[in-house]
Amino acid sequence: MRIHDPMFLLPDASSISPRIDLLFWTMVGMCTLVAVGVMLTMVYFCVRYRLGSHADRSNRHKKNLTVELSWTLIPLVIFLGMFTWSLFLFAQLHTPPAKSQTIYVVAKQWMWKIQHPGGQREINMLHVPLGQPIRLTMTSQDVIHSFYVPAFRVKQDVLPDRYTRLWFTPTKLGRFPLRCTEYCGLDHSKMKGYVVVMRPSDYARWLHDHAASDSVVSQGKAIFRQRGCSGCHSPRASVHAPDLHGIYGRVVHLSNGKTVVADERYIHDSIMQPDSQVVAGYAPIMPSFKGQIPASDMLKLMAYLKSNSTDEPPASNTPNGEAR
Amino acid sequence: MSTMDTLTLPPPAVDSYLDHDNTLWAWLTTHDHKRIAILYTIGITFFFVLGGIAAAMIRLDLLEPSGLLDPETYNKSFTFHGVVMVWFFLIPSIPATLGNFLLPLMIGARDMAFPRINLASWYLYMIGGLFTAAALVWGGVDTGWTFYTPYSTMFSNTNVYLVIVGVFVTGFSTIFTGINFLVTTHSLRTPGMTWFRLPLFVWAMYAVSLVMVLATPVLAMTLALIGLERGMGVGVFDPALGGDPLLFQHLFWFYSHPAVYIMILPAMGLVSEVISCFARRRIFGYKFMTWSMLAIAVIGFMVWGHHMFVAGMSVYAGMVFSLLSFIVAVPSAIKVFNWTSTLHKGDISFESPMLYVLGFVGLFTMGGLTGLMLAAPALDVPLTDTYFVIAHFHYVMVGGSVMAYMGGIHFWWPKVTGRLYPEGPAKFSAILMFVGFNLTFFPQYILGYDGMPRRYHSYAPQFQTLNVLSSAGASILALSYLLPLLYLVWSLRYGHKAGNNPWQARGLEWQTTSPPPENNFRHPPVVRNAYAYDEPAP
Repeated sequence: MRIHDPMFLLPDASSISPRIDLLFWTMVGMCTLVAVGVMLTMVYFCVRYRLGSHADRSNRHKKNLTVELSWTLIPLVIFLGMFTWSLFLFAQLHTPPAKSQTIYVVAKQWMWKIQHPGGQREINMLHVPLGQPIRLTMTSQDVIHSFYVPAFRVKQDVLPDRYTRLWFTPTKLGRFPLRCTEYCGLDHSKMKGYVVVMRPSDYARWLHDHAASDSVVSQGKAIFRQRGCSGCHSPRASVHAPDLHGIYGRVVHLSNGKTVVADERYIHDSIMQPDSQVVAGYAPIMPSFKGQIPASDMLKLMAYLKSNSTDEPPASNTPNGEAR
Repeated sequence: MSTMDTLTLPPPAVDSYLDHDNTLWAWLTTHDHKRIAILYTIGITFFFVLGGIAAAMIRLDLLEPSGLLDPETYNKSFTFHGVVMVWFFLIPSIPATLGNFLLPLMIGARDMAFPRINLASWYLYMIGGLFTAAALVWGGVDTGWTFYTPYSTMFSNTNVYLVIVGVFVTGFSTIFTGINFLVTTHSLRTPGMTWFRLPLFVWAMYAVSLVMVLATPVLAMTLALIGLERGMGVGVFDPALGGDPLLFQHLFWFYSHPAVYIMILPAMGLVSEVISCFARRRIFGYKFMTWSMLAIAVIGFMVWGHHMFVAGMSVYAGMVFSLLSFIVAVPSAIKVFNWTSTLHKGDISFESPMLYVLGFVGLFTMGGLTGLMLAAPALDVPLTDTYFVIAHFHYVMVGGSVMAYMGGIHFWWPKVTGRLYPEGPAKFSAILMFVGFNLTFFPQYILGYDGMPRRYHSYAPQFQTLNVLSSAGASILALSYLLPLLYLVWSLRYGHKAGNNPWQARGLEWQTTSPPPENNFRHPPVVRNAYAYDEPAP
């Protein structure tokens, strides 16, 4: 039996982890206090009022509204305090800093495929620079997975045909385990890897050493052309189709009178099921690309469409699952 | 206390519900709620053993970081463990056995309102169980008890159909039981048994029946949709077919979170009866106890989203679900404080049912408090889907519900069988269960915080020490479940005659003979306060 780490010392290696740990240990402390309090009281009563003891049993209480109300309201107030504290942290977990760098993650049974903005790819490894906020845009090729880095105290489910996000700022150098935490079949427990936190200069060198021929955006642009998207969606096209320049984050008016914000989910659905949300003023003539574009290519397309957009989507801290 | 009545009263008249018609056919066609309770007890004990064997496989695998079983067997083991323990043990456990037996007795009725439906519900339960067991024989299922889509609909190559049919059918047995309890409580109370004289156990059965009747149909629909998508490719959940993967989770937890309360509410009622009896005290805060159970039943329907904080649900929905989850903890806290206060200035004795029940209060408190941490979304993010969650819900369901169930079996055993079990081994088992339980599940809290995900067939080597501790605890726990099986069966033949009221308890069920006659009471029972321990025994 080998012990690598002391049991209690899970490293905290992201900007958010000490804040989460503070809440965690505060709650552990309070819960311990309450549990020990209840148990000691029970033991005390059990000993003092055991059958046949001579303890005073006069003035037995029958009803006591004050007592009942106090142990209803005091816990309620404490719970609301805990709730509020946790709320602020939860909001932070969903608010990436403005200048974060996006890295793309595709999960599949049973591996993590990572692509950096410059096009560098890796599998089951994620190299990131120290102190730089990192934002992951994630999707799955098959079932639901979950991206979990214990040392960073972050976790986010990764869904097929949906795009979820996660951010963190690494604060310690080193290798930190990455694990899948949503059961995904036979080798669920083998779907793991490491996040490697490097000095920014080392990271730059790493990027250079692993340089790809094309950045994600230009790969996306190539796909945009290969798949024939540009044939219709360009200003020079003869077909009457919406211009996609700056589409990401824009408010789109649909033919059914509704409006949507063009987030990842909207763009994805418009490619896969073009008939479901037709833009006002256009005929529903676009063919469906369902089953033709792999998840990783979709991410590149998405990156390309985002690249010519200046706006952030308004609901940027809302995962796209239910943003509509 | 003990067996004084047997000396003072004439020996009970012979014909109890166990005395006549003991052919197999008579038992399988009985309409007597007491016999149906015993049929259920045999059924759930069988499934508890099956689920326990699956648990043993899990703990065996996790002795070594690389896993002692192959991943496929491991995945099927935890799936089978979950499915069987949830639907074929925990949900029917207290309501279908003790509830079935005691509800009519406690309200002074001759039987349930619908005796035939009562029997039908047992048959549905067994048929559902057969389907599920058949799935095991034909290769097992590997989806986890949660059947998350699209894995369960489009990716798993195992016998998903058989299991969902099994659970679907069993769901109707739950609904039947719920309807029966509700109608019985409304319409068959003996004169004088007003709503606020009902024992808390009856209130618990009432609250749990509401949840069963309202929540279980949603499960049935959800499982049917899985069948449609898997079988005919109707796109409901799988995004590749135009469905929504989160929709499944919403529907599933809309049932499965209330299902947690189906498991714990009966235990809460049961514990109130036992604590009051052995502390010789009126239950403290009777009305707060009833309202808190009803509050749990109602608010319990509005907290399902706390299972989905990292699932990709909207952040704002997460915040609302978190708030409601904190609020639903308040009534549970009230109950713990009231049980503790019931002990105050009592004359407490420590027979085995009391030991089980005191164990329940301690373990339930720990399970509930760690539940608060999971209700805080910022903590749930790192902790969810790790062993912390496993430890939390086992403290509530096993440390809580199963411990209470064992306490209840010991408390009412003399009434059900007319016999006393040997007290020494019973006390020993209760203590062993408490120790074994903590040794099994406490280390899992630490594993979870340290980042060991659930449903892992293999794990990082630094987790081994705690896993070995947990497996060691599980073997003690297994022994503590085996022992009662032995001495309780032994007592059926060799146990001392119990007498009508060995604990000098005050509930109506103790006014009749042990075991009770077929129609429960020879004379109409006189309704008194079920907790009148400050008055002399009748």
